[in-house]
Amino acid sequence: MMPPLGPPLDRVDGRKKVTGGAKFAAEHNLENMAYAAMVMSTIPSGTIRSIDTAAAKRSTGVIAVISHLNAPRLGPAPGQPPAAGQPGAAAPPQQQGNFAEPQLIPFSDNKVHYVGQRIAVVVADTIEHAARGAELVKVTYDETPARLDMQQFREQGVDRAKSLFTKGDADAAFASASVKIDQIYRTPHEHHNPMEAHSIVAAWDGDHLTLYDSSQNIFAVQQTMSRLFGIPKENVHILSQFVGGAFGSKGSTWPHVVIGVLAARMVNRPVKVFLTRKQLFFGNGHRPETQQRVALGANPEGKLLAMIHEGMSQSNDVCTYAERFVRPTKAIYAVDNMRAINPIVSLNLPSPTYMRAPGESPGMFAIESAMDELAYALKMDPLQLRLVNHADVNPEDGKPWSSKSLKECYAQGADKFGWSKRNPEPRSMKSGRDLIGWGMASATYPAHRSPASARAVVKSDGTVTIYTGTHEMGMGTATVMSQLAAETLGIPVERVRFEYGDTTLPPTPISAGSMTAASVGSAVFGACDALKKRVAEIDGVDPATINAESYHTILSKHYLDDVEARFDAKPPQQEPHATQAFGAHFVEVAIDQDIPVVRVQRMVSAFAGGRILNAKTARSQYFGGIIQGIGMALLEETHFDKRLGTFTNVNFAEYMVPTNADVRSIDIIMVPEEDHDVNPIGVKGIGEIGIVGVAPAIANAVFHATGKRVRDLPITIEKLM
Amino acid sequence: MQPFDFVREHEVSTAVKAGSRDGAKFIAGGTNLVDLMKCDVEHPTHVVDINAVPLSKVEQVPGGVRIGALVRMSDLAVHPLIVKNFPAISQSLLVSASPQIRNMASIGGNLMQRTRCPYFRELTWTPCNKRNPGSGCSAIEGENRLHAILGTSDACIATHPSDLAVAVAALDGVLTLRGPKGERQVNATDFHLLPGNTPHIEHDLKHGEMITSLFIPDGPHAKRSSYLKIRDRASFEFALTAAAVGLDLDGSLIRSARVAFGGVGTKPWRAKFAEAALGGQRATPDVFRAAAEAEMKSAVAHRQNAYKIELMKRTLVRALSDLAGGVA
Repeated sequence: MMPPLGPPLDRVDGRKKVTGGAKFAAEHNLENMAYAAMVMSTIPSGTIRSIDTAAAKRSTGVIAVISHLNAPRLGPAPGQPPAAGQPGAAAPPQQQGNFAEPQLIPFSDNKVHYVGQRIAVVVADTIEHAARGAELVKVTYDETPARLDMQQFREQGVDRAKSLFTKGDADAAFASASVKIDQIYRTPHEHHNPMEAHSIVAAWDGDHLTLYDSSQNIFAVQQTMSRLFGIPKENVHILSQFVGGAFGSKGSTWPHVVIGVLAARMVNRPVKVFLTRKQLFFGNGHRPETQQRVALGANPEGKLLAMIHEGMSQSNDVCTYAERFVRPTKAIYAVDNMRAINPIVSLNLPSPTYMRAPGESPGMFAIESAMDELAYALKMDPLQLRLVNHADVNPEDGKPWSSKSLKECYAQGADKFGWSKRNPEPRSMKSGRDLIGWGMASATYPAHRSPASARAVVKSDGTVTIYTGTHEMGMGTATVMSQLAAETLGIPVERVRFEYGDTTLPPTPISAGSMTAASVGSAVFGACDALKKRVAEIDGVDPATINAESYHTILSKHYLDDVEARFDAKPPQQEPHATQAFGAHFVEVAIDQDIPVVRVQRMVSAFAGGRILNAKTARSQYFGGIIQGIGMALLEETHFDKRLGTFTNVNFAEYMVPTNADVRSIDIIMVPEEDHDVNPIGVKGIGEIGIVGVAPAIANAVFHATGKRVRDLPITIEKLM
Repeated sequence: MQPFDFVREHEVSTAVKAGSRDGAKFIAGGTNLVDLMKCDVEHPTHVVDINAVPLSKVEQVPGGVRIGALVRMSDLAVHPLIVKNFPAISQSLLVSASPQIRNMASIGGNLMQRTRCPYFRELTWTPCNKRNPGSGCSAIEGENRLHAILGTSDACIATHPSDLAVAVAALDGVLTLRGPKGERQVNATDFHLLPGNTPHIEHDLKHGEMITSLFIPDGPHAKRSSYLKIRDRASFEFALTAAAVGLDLDGSLIRSARVAFGGVGTKPWRAKFAEAALGGQRATPDVFRAAAEAEMKSAVAHRQNAYKIELMKRTLVRALSDLAGGVA
């Protein structure tokens, strides 16, 4: 049967990727293709008074300049239900697509909602001519007062996500607790910054659209295009074979996709859009800034009596996003009295969106920092405090866990790290000029699952092809799905081909929320299992007797070219269990006493994420999450100028992600975890949990090293001087 | 990017002639110019490629070393003469940028690189006196964590980004410039200009002139020199603070010192007050600290960069302590 830790197979597409054979969206070139370059707004709020396109139109190679002045209206009017028979009419919610800014259909009017809004597009014969044309478009505005400072409007928070959760009487329990922590924690705006810039190639053939897109959610893009352009879904073909990283920023359809498709329709040529790094900072989502209050009340033994988690995050009026930073609050510790809410404050900033471990990542920074503060207030070991408050059932609803191995993660991580040798006194550990600090934090992320379908076809030569929509953003989907198919069918993995990234294939959900392996894997498993049974049935044998050679033998014997099976996997309507992955980070930092730059010397992180399909790609996923967590802790912040309403450090020199030199020793422990209830393949998903808890573990280590508690990320040098 | 024409020249004389045309700019590695053209900040109409001009030698000459303007950063960083006799120069190069950029970027171009101030570079719709004289400075009241604290004016607080230029300023480098009117020498410390009311004028290089070489004198300060750079990220980041230091020691007595600061100045900041405070003193942490205090008296902080004043002092103390080694 399936081992808890799958073999560390190399990526099936590894050679293609390192030799340039993997084609990303922007690498598709079509005959007669034109290029589009965006014009961005430069005011945060107001209306466009005029757009002077004369110089742009005269510029070499320019074919068209498109804006609200000459573009056709798309889809239903913002906020209005579409009239019967109109594009998007009567679409049930699941068919409404994933347009990121439902209240800002591109070019529908002259309103400006934030700096960087795509307000016009220049189409030209080369990418350089398009970019030059875009520079020459001159826009004038009538400015209106903008809302730019979250603090200023903090009284105007709205619980858009309907997040309010209460249990017991949190305020009363907090008031009467003998040991208390009540602090404010802040996380800044951060940008996903995938290596591959967002790009599309769009081509119309009559009212049929072919779209190469760098997307995490091709089926929703298909819905969106159908709705906005008023064509049947079947007429929209989305292809997304390779995606160069996304982290959530390619999960929605952002304006450039709609604008590129619109431009292709208007100039009657295929159009390529390739955004610049600077543009990625303005119209493709970001993790919004948060301000979070965490109040913890405990008894002298460390038992949590009350937990209050509230605050706010930035959003705007044109998107629907809310950062759900209290989601982990309801899942992490056993506490009888709780209040949690995560309102948004609507401002004139670009639309935020989910970014790796949305909710959990900023939320756990606050919770796990506060837990460390509580441990010091109690004079208790931080790990012991977490064990005292271990949640044996889901605190939110009392459901039993499908599986939970957090205590094993604590134990194995602490043991490998040497946590028992920690002197709890701040500033007690030194090495030369450096202060040494040890910190820890818990990690958690829900095990989501959505409906997904797959088709498996075996040919008479015994080779199998798996067909399923899905996406490959670098996490190893094609590899682990090939492995899962091979294992289920009992054939060598070399005989499996995995076809994906195409809306003509069986539908799959968004590749986000750490649910691809669980969702698509359940479908692939179901299809392969059904295929194996069908082949056995053809020959009238017991499926248990089917081996690698049976497929060739049986199909040949019965003169069959191929046999296929399809499976539509669905999560159960009523889930009797709570499903969640857990982990723990242990961190050592070194901080020069005089020049206090924080360096992460070593980390030991232990995770229990259900069954691991491939030990190698899983380890890489954890590494990626942890390294992004190091960035969140120490480096990443998109600065925002509150007077001009613009992000400022909008390139890779000033928006910093960790380099190899910032990453020293990271030791990952994959705690074996068998789970027969979470889904048919026992997988919980691991794409996001790696980053959760890294920032607080580092912040806690910084406190241990220096005696300074930094409650606002990132932990830069001036905060320690 | 504005359209431009492109010529490749093979001799200094023809390059200077081509570079004297209106709207002309020289290009060597292109790591800064091309970026700024893409940002719609630089708009040359003629781009003169000087990569084929023979200016790529590093030579021992009487009194010092002469470095051709087209020597690549990565080559100079590991050149035996430089490593042995001018460690601050080598170190400043090795902590600059990334290996890929160092492989392309030239020494002359490095000294000519322009500020990273985002209002100048990326946010081209915002006021910036350097990019658009008279329009105002967005950084003074804006996002200025990385901005300068020395040599600022009411018109500009942009930081000079080069590491190499700081080491060159400390070690009394001399630039040879060639223009339509012939050749002239200028001290590196005089080459870069304070912003004053004209932040768009950044250096003493007339239109059509090009840097042909850089001379750095030998001497005890050069031989015992170092470059210390402090940054948030362990690699590939411009300096928060940096110190290039050279010491002429007699036992623990400092005969004289050479000091320049990076990351804090609107130009590579030769620290004459610090040098004066060090000369004739014993190499002790107190003396180093006093030297740092002396130089930073004139520092002016803005909303987000006050930390640089103290950090710069500590950076200098650390650089001098390490350089003085056992004697401090």
